[in-house]
Amino acid sequence: MELRKSYFADQRKDGLHEIGQGRPRLDSPGHVTGKTAYFADRNFPNMLHLKMVRSPHHHARIRSIDTSEAEKHPGVVKILTAKDVPHNVYTILILIQIGPEDETVLADGKVRWKGEAVVAVLAETERAAQEAAAKIKVDYEVLPAVFDMEEALKPGAPLVNEYHGQNYYLYDSGECRKVRFGDVEAGFAEADHILEQSYQSSPIEHAPTETTGCVVVPEGNDRFTCYTNTQAMFFTLDNASIILQMPGSKLHFVGGTVGGGFGGKVDVIVEPIAILGAKLTGRPVCFIYSREEEMQISSPRAAEKVVIKDGVMKDGRIVARKVTGYTDAGAYSRHSPYGAQKGAAHYPGPYTIPNVWIDTYCVYTNRTPSSAMRGFGVTIGDFALEVQMDKLARLIGMDPLEFRFINAYRDGDMKAHRQPTEGAALIECMQEASRAADWPVAEKFMAMSSYTKGA
Amino acid sequence: MAKVPVQFTLNGSEKAEFVEGGTTLLHALRDKIGDTSPKGGCHQGTCGACSVIIDGELKLSCLTLAETCGGTDIRTTSGLAEAGVLHPLQRAFLDAFATQCGFCTPGMIMAAKVLLDHTPNPSRDEVVEALSGNICRCTGYEPIIQAVLTAARANSQNAA
Repeated sequence: MELRKSYFADQRKDGLHEIGQGRPRLDSPGHVTGKTAYFADRNFPNMLHLKMVRSPHHHARIRSIDTSEAEKHPGVVKILTAKDVPHNVYTILILIQIGPEDETVLADGKVRWKGEAVVAVLAETERAAQEAAAKIKVDYEVLPAVFDMEEALKPGAPLVNEYHGQNYYLYDSGECRKVRFGDVEAGFAEADHILEQSYQSSPIEHAPTETTGCVVVPEGNDRFTCYTNTQAMFFTLDNASIILQMPGSKLHFVGGTVGGGFGGKVDVIVEPIAILGAKLTGRPVCFIYSREEEMQISSPRAAEKVVIKDGVMKDGRIVARKVTGYTDAGAYSRHSPYGAQKGAAHYPGPYTIPNVWIDTYCVYTNRTPSSAMRGFGVTIGDFALEVQMDKLARLIGMDPLEFRFINAYRDGDMKAHRQPTEGAALIECMQEASRAADWPVAEKFMAMSSYTKGA
Repeated sequence: MAKVPVQFTLNGSEKAEFVEGGTTLLHALRDKIGDTSPKGGCHQGTCGACSVIIDGELKLSCLTLAETCGGTDIRTTSGLAEAGVLHPLQRAFLDAFATQCGFCTPGMIMAAKVLLDHTPNPSRDEVVEALSGNICRCTGYEPIIQAVLTAARANSQNAA
């Protein structure tokens, strides 16, 4: 690997000795010898196995739950329903004051997506837990469901989540996150061309090789040790503390070793119920998602829809951009209000556009709750924006890379969400990309810099 | 449920266990014998994380019943290093940055070991084919392929 030190040489104290060097990973010796201890490698005597009874419906009222047959099943030790969970309605971002609490640990009177956890069964073996779970009778009254974001926003659509009261997240700015910069209509009036395009994506599953789970051990000192593959240790500890109404000092979380996450293990799903099971039985509890659960139950990346309208001049300048973004949160918030908000700040892209209008909606539907995944909130937006950039370049007959140089943001430019640009390096990256890809651009673009104006 | 006695060699040591009918070798190795180097990723024979070597052949331990393993010689990644010295494959995986999360690594190493045992100087295509039953989700296939080719070269140099 070549390290170009010519860029930003005056901004650096230099001494970059590590970049470009191969350094052994500290965890690799454990990986290659099979000694790395993942949570499921912890095995304890008398450990119970937890299995969930899940909703077969996308949206339904629960009339009754009958656990009597399951209780008699050999090997069953404990069956948990909503009434057993001390603080059953929660939302993970409450830790940073993003409410309301809108999700149940175990369904209480209603299910809002297919696969929602309703009853937890703890048994001596995985097989006994599975068999007993199949004997639990839940009587459902199926309700109309909504799966499309634009349908969900229409008046009269089935209400997905009563804790919100409407099928979108209510920001302090109203029904969507808004960015207003300049005068977008004046920009469109001035533009030589206008291009409006719509981009859509489906949910994406992270599919880590190690499925989500945890092992919980009740300790002699009245604490609980939770071995987990969460990617969000302290979020999980704090939310478990709220859900279980148990001081954090009673919870000892052990983790950091994750068999693939990609953002799919930042929700707080398995730990609280497993800790509760350990507390109520006094025995170690293991709760591991099957591969099917990992694919169907764990949060995917949200489906998104992005509608972009751009005004562009023949000389290559984008003079106006209007974006409406929709993020499909599924039935519950989890990290989606934050993801949609990130999108709002991001949609102008790394480009300086004088007139910008952005609305982004976090929408509730009866689909699997979505959450974090690698750059969520901006990844799909970037796909849409860069396809749009190519289309705009084609529209005005300009080279797509030169078109990006013309619009690239540079230090000092004001971004649409009122953050001045600092430390930009887009131009330098594109110059390197031009060389590396052998995609030449005009000399004036190769002479440009992120921190000086002109050219 | 009735338990069945089963006896085999694991990485050179004799093991004897009573297992319930239907117990997988993966479960027996991990939860009864305590060798957690084979991993359970899918429990349905598609990810390769549970790969072990039985009598010289690569097998998926999640699809192998423990009771069918009586009298066999079973090898796992935890038994590959000898007297603390890493096997050339382990060394190559370390040096080539062929691990990230590490969950697929023991299975990958088993698949690579069987390949090199049968084909000491494999082509790149043969390496790709041999690893095709092992899924890596941190998208590290290229360094893994390089590691196997490097280990093969190291082996042939040692032999020369």
